[in-house]
Amino acid sequence: MNNAEVQTTTPVKKRISNPYKFLLVMLGIYALVGFGKPDLAVVALQGFADMLLRVLPILGVVFVFLFGINIFGPERIKKLLGKESGWKGWLIAAAAGIFISGPPYLLYPMLGELRKQGVRDAFLGVILYNRNVKIPFVPVMVYYFGATYTLVLSTYILLFAFLNGKILELLLARQR
Amino acid sequence: MKSQWYASAGTPLLKTINLFKTVLPILFGMLLLINLLNPLLATHYADWFNGHYLHDTLIGALAGSISFGIPITSYIVGGELVGKGVSLLAVTAFIMAWTTVGVAMLPLEAAFLGKKFALIRNLLNFLFAIILAALTVFTLGLCQ
Repeated sequence: MNNAEVQTTTPVKKRISNPYKFLLVMLGIYALVGFGKPDLAVVALQGFADMLLRVLPILGVVFVFLFGINIFGPERIKKLLGKESGWKGWLIAAAAGIFISGPPYLLYPMLGELRKQGVRDAFLGVILYNRNVKIPFVPVMVYYFGATYTLVLSTYILLFAFLNGKILELLLARQR
Repeated sequence: MKSQWYASAGTPLLKTINLFKTVLPILFGMLLLINLLNPLLATHYADWFNGHYLHDTLIGALAGSISFGIPITSYIVGGELVGKGVSLLAVTAFIMAWTTVGVAMLPLEAAFLGKKFALIRNLLNFLFAIILAALTVFTLGLCQ
Protein backbone atom coordinates (compact mmCIF):
# COMPACT_ATOMS: atom_id res chain seq x y z
CA MET A 1 0.00 0.00 0.00
CA ASN A 2 1.59 3.29 -1.01
CA ASN A 3 1.27 6.66 0.70
CA ALA A 4 -1.49 7.91 -1.59
CA GLU A 5 -3.64 4.90 -0.73
CA VAL A 6 -3.05 5.40 3.00
CA GLN A 7 -4.18 9.01 2.69
CA THR A 8 -7.42 8.11 0.95
CA THR A 9 -8.37 5.23 3.22
CA THR A 10 -7.47 6.78 6.63
CA PRO A 11 -10.61 8.35 8.12
CA VAL A 12 -10.26 12.06 8.71
CA LYS A 13 -10.66 12.83 12.43
CA LYS A 14 -12.78 15.93 12.86
CA ARG A 15 -11.72 17.96 15.87
CA ILE A 16 -14.47 19.50 17.94
CA SER A 17 -13.98 23.25 18.03
CA ASN A 18 -13.83 25.13 21.35
CA PRO A 19 -17.34 26.68 21.06
CA TYR A 20 -18.87 23.21 20.63
CA LYS A 21 -16.68 21.80 23.45
CA PHE A 22 -18.04 24.56 25.71
CA LEU A 23 -21.62 23.71 24.79
CA LEU A 24 -20.96 20.00 25.43
CA VAL A 25 -19.45 20.80 28.86
CA MET A 26 -22.55 22.84 29.75
CA LEU A 27 -24.85 20.01 28.66
CA GLY A 28 -22.76 17.64 30.79
CA ILE A 29 -23.13 19.95 33.82
CA TYR A 30 -26.90 20.06 33.26
CA ALA A 31 -27.00 16.26 33.13
CA LEU A 32 -25.15 16.10 36.48
CA VAL A 33 -27.41 18.75 38.04
CA GLY A 34 -30.41 16.84 36.66
CA PHE A 35 -29.36 13.78 38.66
CA GLY A 36 -28.43 15.68 41.84
CA LYS A 37 -30.98 18.51 41.93
CA PRO A 38 -33.68 17.88 39.31
CA ASP A 39 -35.77 20.87 40.50
CA LEU A 40 -32.91 23.28 39.84
CA ALA A 41 -32.28 21.75 36.42
CA VAL A 42 -35.96 22.19 35.48
CA VAL A 43 -36.01 25.85 36.63
CA ALA A 44 -32.76 26.52 34.75
CA LEU A 45 -34.04 24.84 31.58
CA GLN A 46 -37.28 26.83 31.73
CA GLY A 47 -35.25 30.03 32.10
CA PHE A 48 -33.07 28.94 29.18
CA ALA A 49 -36.10 28.29 26.96
CA ASP A 50 -37.66 31.68 27.86
CA MET A 51 -34.41 33.52 27.19
CA LEU A 52 -33.85 31.69 23.93
CA LEU A 53 -37.31 32.62 22.66
CA ARG A 54 -36.58 36.26 23.44
CA VAL A 55 -33.14 36.11 21.84
CA LEU A 56 -34.05 34.35 18.56
CA PRO A 57 -35.69 37.37 16.86
CA ILE A 58 -32.74 39.57 17.93
CA LEU A 59 -30.36 37.02 16.39
CA GLY A 60 -31.93 37.81 13.03
CA VAL A 61 -31.12 41.50 13.54
CA VAL A 62 -27.57 40.59 14.59
CA PHE A 63 -27.14 38.53 11.42
CA VAL A 64 -28.28 41.44 9.25
CA PHE A 65 -26.00 43.83 11.18
CA LEU A 66 -22.96 41.55 10.80
CA PHE A 67 -23.71 41.09 7.11
CA GLY A 68 -23.98 44.89 6.84
CA ILE A 69 -20.59 45.36 8.52
CA ASN A 70 -19.00 42.88 6.11
CA ILE A 71 -20.57 44.60 3.10
CA PHE A 72 -19.79 48.10 4.40
CA GLY A 73 -16.11 47.22 4.39
CA PRO A 74 -13.18 48.08 6.64
CA GLU A 75 -12.24 51.34 4.92
CA ARG A 76 -15.52 53.09 5.65
CA ILE A 77 -15.71 51.70 9.18
CA LYS A 78 -12.12 52.82 9.89
CA LYS A 79 -13.04 56.30 8.73
CA LEU A 80 -15.89 56.45 11.24
CA LEU A 81 -14.35 54.64 14.22
CA GLY A 82 -10.73 54.03 13.35
CA LYS A 83 -7.54 55.73 14.55
CA GLU A 84 -8.08 58.81 12.39
CA SER A 85 -11.70 59.39 13.33
CA GLY A 86 -10.79 61.93 16.05
CA TRP A 87 -13.35 63.36 18.46
CA LYS A 88 -16.19 62.33 16.15
CA GLY A 89 -15.26 58.70 16.78
CA TRP A 90 -15.46 59.23 20.55
CA LEU A 91 -18.91 60.81 20.20
CA ILE A 92 -20.20 58.08 17.87
CA ALA A 93 -18.93 55.40 20.29
CA ALA A 94 -20.53 57.14 23.29
CA ALA A 95 -23.88 57.50 21.51
CA ALA A 96 -23.73 53.93 20.20
CA GLY A 97 -23.24 52.61 23.75
CA ILE A 98 -26.32 54.47 24.95
CA PHE A 99 -28.61 53.69 22.06
CA ILE A 100 -27.59 50.15 21.08
CA SER A 101 -29.68 47.86 23.19
CA GLY A 102 -29.40 44.14 23.55
CA PRO A 103 -27.62 41.66 25.77
CA PRO A 104 -23.81 41.53 25.71
CA TYR A 105 -23.74 37.99 24.36
CA LEU A 106 -25.21 39.37 21.14
CA LEU A 107 -23.12 42.53 21.24
CA TYR A 108 -19.72 40.79 21.49
CA PRO A 109 -19.84 39.12 18.04
CA MET A 110 -20.77 42.46 16.48
CA LEU A 111 -18.04 44.34 18.33
CA GLY A 112 -15.56 41.58 17.49
CA GLU A 113 -16.36 42.02 13.82
CA LEU A 114 -15.99 45.82 14.13
CA ARG A 115 -12.61 45.31 15.82
CA LYS A 116 -11.45 43.14 12.91
CA GLN A 117 -12.49 45.94 10.55
CA GLY A 118 -10.22 48.41 12.38
CA VAL A 119 -12.34 50.00 15.10
CA ARG A 120 -10.21 51.35 17.99
CA ASP A 121 -10.15 49.36 21.24
CA ALA A 122 -10.88 52.59 23.12
CA PHE A 123 -14.17 52.99 21.24
CA LEU A 124 -15.19 49.40 21.96
CA GLY A 125 -14.51 50.10 25.64
CA VAL A 126 -16.67 53.24 25.49
CA ILE A 127 -19.54 51.40 23.79
CA LEU A 128 -19.48 48.62 26.38
CA TYR A 129 -19.25 51.05 29.32
CA ASN A 130 -22.06 53.30 28.14
CA ARG A 131 -24.42 50.33 28.02
CA ASN A 132 -25.09 51.39 31.62
CA VAL A 133 -26.94 54.49 30.51
CA LYS A 134 -30.20 53.14 29.17
CA ILE A 135 -32.76 55.89 28.66
CA PRO A 136 -35.85 53.60 28.89
CA PHE A 137 -34.63 52.30 32.29
CA VAL A 138 -34.08 55.75 33.82
CA PRO A 139 -37.57 55.95 35.40
CA VAL A 140 -36.94 52.66 37.23
CA MET A 141 -33.65 53.94 38.65
CA VAL A 142 -35.33 57.20 39.66
CA TYR A 143 -38.09 55.19 41.38
CA TYR A 144 -35.63 53.16 43.46
CA PHE A 145 -32.83 55.64 44.09
CA GLY A 146 -34.15 59.14 43.33
CA ALA A 147 -33.55 61.68 40.55
CA THR A 148 -30.37 63.19 42.04
CA TYR A 149 -28.71 59.78 42.40
CA THR A 150 -29.66 58.87 38.81
CA LEU A 151 -28.32 62.17 37.46
CA VAL A 152 -25.04 61.96 39.41
CA LEU A 153 -24.39 58.30 38.54
CA SER A 154 -25.30 58.73 34.85
CA THR A 155 -23.00 61.77 34.55
CA TYR A 156 -20.12 59.85 36.10
CA ILE A 157 -20.75 56.87 33.80
CA LEU A 158 -20.63 59.10 30.71
CA LEU A 159 -17.39 60.76 31.87
CA PHE A 160 -15.75 57.54 33.02
CA ALA A 161 -16.61 55.81 29.74
CA PHE A 162 -14.01 57.98 27.94
CA LEU A 163 -11.43 57.41 30.67
CA ASN A 164 -12.19 53.70 30.58
CA GLY A 165 -11.71 53.55 26.81
CA LYS A 166 -8.45 55.47 26.91
CA ILE A 167 -6.93 53.39 29.74
CA LEU A 168 -8.11 50.14 28.14
CA GLU A 169 -6.41 51.07 24.88
CA LEU A 170 -3.19 52.11 26.62
CA LEU A 171 -3.03 48.88 28.63
CA LEU A 172 -3.72 46.76 25.55
CA ALA A 173 -1.05 48.62 23.58
CA ARG A 174 1.45 47.91 26.36
CA GLN A 175 0.62 44.21 26.25
CA ARG A 176 1.40 44.01 22.53
CA MET B 1 -25.96 43.64 -12.78
CA LYS B 2 -27.81 41.15 -10.62
CA SER B 3 -25.03 38.57 -10.85
CA GLN B 4 -22.51 41.28 -9.90
CA TRP B 5 -24.47 41.98 -6.74
CA TYR B 6 -24.58 38.25 -5.90
CA ALA B 7 -20.84 38.03 -6.43
CA SER B 8 -20.11 41.02 -4.19
CA ALA B 9 -22.57 39.90 -1.48
CA GLY B 10 -21.50 36.24 -1.55
CA THR B 11 -18.26 36.63 0.42
CA PRO B 12 -19.71 38.81 3.20
CA LEU B 13 -22.64 36.40 3.47
CA LEU B 14 -20.33 33.40 3.80
CA LYS B 15 -18.25 35.29 6.36
CA THR B 16 -21.38 36.06 8.37
CA ILE B 17 -22.62 32.45 8.21
CA ASN B 18 -19.20 31.19 9.38
CA LEU B 19 -19.20 33.69 12.23
CA PHE B 20 -22.64 32.49 13.26
CA LYS B 21 -21.37 28.90 13.37
CA THR B 22 -19.08 30.10 16.19
CA VAL B 23 -21.63 32.40 17.82
CA LEU B 24 -24.48 29.91 18.23
CA PRO B 25 -22.83 27.16 20.32
CA ILE B 26 -21.21 29.76 22.62
CA LEU B 27 -24.51 31.62 22.90
CA PHE B 28 -26.45 28.47 23.82
CA GLY B 29 -23.73 27.49 26.30
CA MET B 30 -23.78 30.96 27.89
CA LEU B 31 -27.57 30.94 28.21
CA LEU B 32 -27.40 27.51 29.87
CA LEU B 33 -24.71 28.75 32.29
CA ILE B 34 -26.53 31.96 33.16
CA ASN B 35 -29.82 30.22 33.85
CA LEU B 36 -28.11 27.72 36.11
CA LEU B 37 -26.27 30.41 38.09
CA ASN B 38 -29.08 32.97 38.41
CA PRO B 39 -31.46 30.93 40.63
CA LEU B 40 -28.50 29.96 42.84
CA LEU B 41 -27.28 33.54 43.27
CA ALA B 42 -30.57 35.43 43.54
CA THR B 43 -31.54 33.89 46.89
CA HIS B 44 -28.22 34.64 48.58
CA TYR B 45 -27.41 38.27 47.74
CA ALA B 46 -28.54 39.74 51.07
CA ASP B 47 -26.62 37.11 53.09
CA TRP B 48 -23.27 38.22 51.70
CA PHE B 49 -23.34 41.70 53.24
CA ASN B 50 -22.34 42.20 56.89
CA GLY B 51 -22.66 45.97 57.39
CA HIS B 52 -18.92 46.70 57.13
CA TYR B 53 -18.48 49.57 54.68
CA LEU B 54 -15.39 48.34 52.80
CA HIS B 55 -16.28 44.66 52.92
CA ASP B 56 -19.78 45.36 51.59
CA THR B 57 -18.49 47.54 48.74
CA LEU B 58 -16.12 44.80 47.63
CA ILE B 59 -18.83 42.17 48.00
CA GLY B 60 -21.25 44.41 46.06
CA ALA B 61 -18.79 44.69 43.18
CA LEU B 62 -18.06 40.95 43.29
CA ALA B 63 -21.76 40.01 43.41
CA GLY B 64 -22.46 42.33 40.47
CA SER B 65 -19.54 40.84 38.54
CA ILE B 66 -20.77 37.26 38.77
CA SER B 67 -24.42 38.14 38.17
CA PHE B 68 -26.04 38.51 34.84
CA GLY B 69 -29.15 40.20 33.51
CA ILE B 70 -30.49 43.39 31.98
CA PRO B 71 -29.56 46.61 33.90
CA ILE B 72 -33.13 47.06 35.14
CA THR B 73 -32.83 43.84 37.20
CA SER B 74 -29.79 45.25 38.99
CA TYR B 75 -31.79 48.37 39.94
CA ILE B 76 -34.60 46.25 41.37
CA VAL B 77 -32.23 43.93 43.29
CA GLY B 78 -30.20 46.98 44.38
CA GLY B 79 -33.34 48.75 45.59
CA GLU B 80 -34.28 45.70 47.65
CA LEU B 81 -30.77 45.51 49.13
CA VAL B 82 -30.94 49.19 50.18
CA GLY B 83 -34.29 48.40 51.80
CA LYS B 84 -32.58 45.61 53.77
CA GLY B 85 -30.01 48.09 55.10
CA VAL B 86 -27.11 47.50 52.69
CA SER B 87 -25.12 50.72 52.15
CA LEU B 88 -25.67 52.81 49.01
CA LEU B 89 -21.93 52.56 48.33
CA ALA B 90 -22.12 48.75 48.16
CA VAL B 91 -25.31 48.80 46.11
CA THR B 92 -23.88 51.30 43.61
CA ALA B 93 -20.78 49.11 43.20
CA PHE B 94 -23.15 46.18 42.68
CA ILE B 95 -25.19 48.01 39.99
CA MET B 96 -22.08 49.23 38.19
CA ALA B 97 -20.37 45.84 38.19
CA TRP B 98 -23.59 44.15 37.08
CA THR B 99 -23.48 45.77 33.64
CA THR B 100 -19.79 46.53 33.16
CA VAL B 101 -18.19 43.33 34.47
CA GLY B 102 -19.26 39.92 33.22
CA VAL B 103 -17.47 36.94 34.71
CA ALA B 104 -20.00 34.53 33.20
CA MET B 105 -19.54 36.27 29.84
CA LEU B 106 -15.73 36.10 29.86
CA PRO B 107 -15.43 33.08 27.52
CA LEU B 108 -17.74 34.74 25.01
CA GLU B 109 -16.04 38.13 25.24
CA ALA B 110 -12.61 36.50 24.94
CA ALA B 111 -13.72 34.48 21.91
CA PHE B 112 -14.73 37.57 19.95
CA LEU B 113 -12.61 40.39 21.35
CA GLY B 114 -9.54 38.50 22.52
CA LYS B 115 -8.43 37.17 25.92
CA LYS B 116 -6.35 40.23 26.81
CA PHE B 117 -9.12 42.63 25.88
CA ALA B 118 -11.68 40.70 27.94
CA LEU B 119 -9.47 40.30 31.01
CA ILE B 120 -8.15 43.88 31.09
CA ARG B 121 -11.57 45.39 30.40
CA ASN B 122 -13.26 43.37 33.14
CA LEU B 123 -10.54 44.07 35.73
CA LEU B 124 -10.57 47.76 34.85
CA ASN B 125 -14.35 47.93 35.07
CA PHE B 126 -14.33 46.14 38.42
CA LEU B 127 -12.01 48.82 39.76
CA PHE B 128 -14.08 51.57 38.14
CA ALA B 129 -17.27 50.17 39.72
CA ILE B 130 -15.81 50.78 43.19
CA ILE B 131 -14.32 54.19 42.31
CA LEU B 132 -17.56 55.35 40.68
CA ALA B 133 -19.63 54.13 43.62
CA ALA B 134 -17.41 56.07 46.02
CA LEU B 135 -17.56 59.22 43.87
CA THR B 136 -21.35 59.00 43.49
CA VAL B 137 -21.96 58.60 47.23
CA PHE B 138 -19.44 61.37 47.98
CA THR B 139 -21.13 63.74 45.49
CA LEU B 140 -24.57 62.91 46.88
CA GLY B 141 -23.23 63.76 50.34
CA LEU B 142 -22.14 67.17 49.02
CA CYS B 143 -25.57 67.73 47.44
CA GLN B 144 -27.42 67.18 50.71
